[in-house]
Amino acid sequence: MKNRKIEIWVGLFVVLSIAALLMLALQVSGLSNFYSAKGSYIVKASFTNIGGLKVRSKVTICGVTVGRVVNISLEKTESGEYEALALLAIQNDFAKIPDDSSAKILTAGLLGDNYVEIVPGQSENFLKDWSLIELTSQAILLEDLISKLATGSNK
Amino acid sequence: MLENYLYDIGYRTLAVLESIGRASRAIFFAIFSKPDFVHGPARLVAQLYSVGVLSLIIILVSGFFIGMVLGLQGYNILSRFGADQALGELIALSMVRELGPVVGALLFSGRAGSALTAEIALMKTTEQLSSMEMMGVDPLHRVIAPRFWAGQISLPMLTLIFNAVAIIGGYTVGVDWLGVDDGAFWSNMQVSVDFKEDVQNGIIKSIVFATVVTWIAVYQGLNSTPTSEGIGRATTKTVVYSSLCILGLDFFLTAVMFRGI
Repeated sequence: MKNRKIEIWVGLFVVLSIAALLMLALQVSGLSNFYSAKGSYIVKASFTNIGGLKVRSKVTICGVTVGRVVNISLEKTESGEYEALALLAIQNDFAKIPDDSSAKILTAGLLGDNYVEIVPGQSENFLKDWSLIELTSQAILLEDLISKLATGSNK
Repeated sequence: MLENYLYDIGYRTLAVLESIGRASRAIFFAIFSKPDFVHGPARLVAQLYSVGVLSLIIILVSGFFIGMVLGLQGYNILSRFGADQALGELIALSMVRELGPVVGALLFSGRAGSALTAEIALMKTTEQLSSMEMMGVDPLHRVIAPRFWAGQISLPMLTLIFNAVAIIGGYTVGVDWLGVDDGAFWSNMQVSVDFKEDVQNGIIKSIVFATVVTWIAVYQGLNSTPTSEGIGRATTKTVVYSSLCILGLDFFLTAVMFRGI
């Protein structure tokens, strides 16, 4: 072929644009979730209300990012109430988290994102893969605070 | 006196209508000419190279820098409200919806549109087009059609590349240099960017711009005065008219797509 070079360049152009489309579809508009939980273990935590917590929100201990939220689902407890179950992928570097630790949902700044803060407990036993964090406190919803303030209810 | 004014208005209107008619006729015959399956693909590939591949460098470099600038400016303002996690959202939405198709098309008209016009105008000046007609080869089919389709195919692809590179540029500045949280950058982006609503509408915009830019470029080439000065003027006109059309059309497209008119 005499135009071989030109065809190679056009082929490269096409491949590049398909790669760009794939990136826009998968990574930017989130048609699928590529976050790999490699090198980390899963800890479960259920909350009465997760507020604005999202998949890929960060998980911190003392403010240091140790992992990500990888899945959020709605669960029905034995007592018949609904709870949000969040799966937290925590990096293996932070393997020694006491199993009586508690998790709470905080907000970064006034308008910032929600994230999960794990407050370490005193236990000698550590959280393992797929173990549940028992003590959780739900997200503080700004709307709830405002409505309480407005109606003056003391609940 | 009045008669002269009327003559003037009438003459200009007819001239505009005539040029629109000639442009439509040229593009109509270029699009609907009998496809040549033997030599057509090779000609298209050659034009894809000169229209698309040669525009890659300018698209890649300016995309990266536009993303980086958006990252810097967005971070400065958003961090004042403690909302710097929304940086990914800001960059992705502004690129995919507006900046990608519009700036991509402007760059494309400057790089590829002007080259198309100059090439065709020079063919006309050196009487290659008339000699083709003498030999019974339809220049609309032989010269215009592959260039039109090449522009039509290249610009949407270039826009996709432009968007992706700009987001990578914004990521480099925002996450790697300024310390925005990696997960929040992508998760906010994924929550707010919808593939259909945003990415697809951006692609539709770039297809419309591609039609307009290549149409103006080939018509200005065909319609140029066959002198060296005429080639220069035709090239300038291509860039000016297509920039104006892109920006004007973008307003209407945005109004229709995102406001539900």
